[in-house]
Amino acid sequence: MAIKSKAGQSPSPDLGTQSQDIALLLHELVAHLRQNRTQLREEWARRITRAQLLTAMTEEEIFAEATSVYDNYVEALATGTFEALQAYARNLSERIIPRGVETHEVVGIVLLLRDVLARSLFAKYHGDFDKLNRILDAYEPAANRIANTVAVGFVQERERIIRQQQEAIRELSTPVLQVRERLLILPIIGVIDPQRARQLTEQLLRAIRTNRAKVVVIDITGVAAMDSNVANHLVQTVEASRLLGATVIVTGLSPEIAQTLVTIGVDLSEMATVGDLQGGIEEAERLLGYKVLPLEELAPKA
Amino acid sequence: MEVPILKQGQYLIASIQSALTDADLSQLREALVERVGRFRSRGVIVDVTALDVMDSFAVRTLRDIAHMARLRGAETVIVGIQPEVAFAMVQLGLTLKGVATALDLEEGLAFLDKQAQGRIAGKRIQGSIDHGR
Repeated sequence: MAIKSKAGQSPSPDLGTQSQDIALLLHELVAHLRQNRTQLREEWARRITRAQLLTAMTEEEIFAEATSVYDNYVEALATGTFEALQAYARNLSERIIPRGVETHEVVGIVLLLRDVLARSLFAKYHGDFDKLNRILDAYEPAANRIANTVAVGFVQERERIIRQQQEAIRELSTPVLQVRERLLILPIIGVIDPQRARQLTEQLLRAIRTNRAKVVVIDITGVAAMDSNVANHLVQTVEASRLLGATVIVTGLSPEIAQTLVTIGVDLSEMATVGDLQGGIEEAERLLGYKVLPLEELAPKA
Repeated sequence: MEVPILKQGQYLIASIQSALTDADLSQLREALVERVGRFRSRGVIVDVTALDVMDSFAVRTLRDIAHMARLRGAETVIVGIQPEVAFAMVQLGLTLKGVATALDLEEGLAFLDKQAQGRIAGKRIQGSIDHGR
């Protein structure tokens, strides 16, 4: 088999330039890989299992995944373009990262595939050292680039997930802070979706009870946009807080939000609103019976 | 199960201990409205801390109690609504409009005391705890 394909597809070096030569060699290589697809794939899957990589996956899954990686690998070698492989690597990473597959495993299996294929080339061309050299010259840079692409794709996907999670954490962290006895503030920053709105309310209601709050200032300066759902949720939050005996003051409605709310016709007449956080806290202090004075004004009495 | 109604100075305190049937709630309403007159009470506190569900009938009855008691000269405060219950209530649109609420019995008493002072001073108390209006 090896001799036949070698005789049939031998390039003619005196005709082409070096790049043509490489293209021809790659062509031959791809033909070889396609021809021995089943056998090489099996060998690769065996070596993956033996090296105890991808332990999070079953043997059938490894084989199925190995098949598609193999096909994409050969495809990348054949076309010399890596876009499809990149997309595949991203897709693969998306699927296997949640299952706990580690970076070293992904790099490991791609390197194993490279080794398996290199071995098959050795076996095929061991009679013709010069040919073997040239085939490897063509194969190695392409193979390394593929390994690189897959590994980078995996790491990028991981980083994307980490960024996403960080964002989620940041968005979820809405501290309910006590500024004075019985006065809480709740600064809301970022996008409010129904889920977050619900969590916010629950957190606030719990805080009202534990801190025995009488007044709560909800500051939405950091909220860029608001739709009717969020507005209604805000109204509900105010109502629920009232049922626990706390008054809510909403501060920091931006001009855009004010316009939106009036345009979509949300009724906020039941809600106490104050321009900014400072005004809101001052109003809250007034309700609680505090008066903040400069020390000089207190001095004569003392 | 009948709800015990305690007289504490000028106030009446009804402390709900367990889930109530509609009949129990109606009975509570009648008893409270009757006793406000009998004891010449100025305030009523209904403690619902023990309730982990509040249906529309219960909310309506509480509102009715508040309005009826007001007609008989007593201010009503609902105290001890649990956070989860409060959230469920507003989602169902049961917001006890026009009824004063407070965190717990202590707050409710403080609210009524403040109301009483306001009456003595001849003006309505303004401020955070005046949810009645």
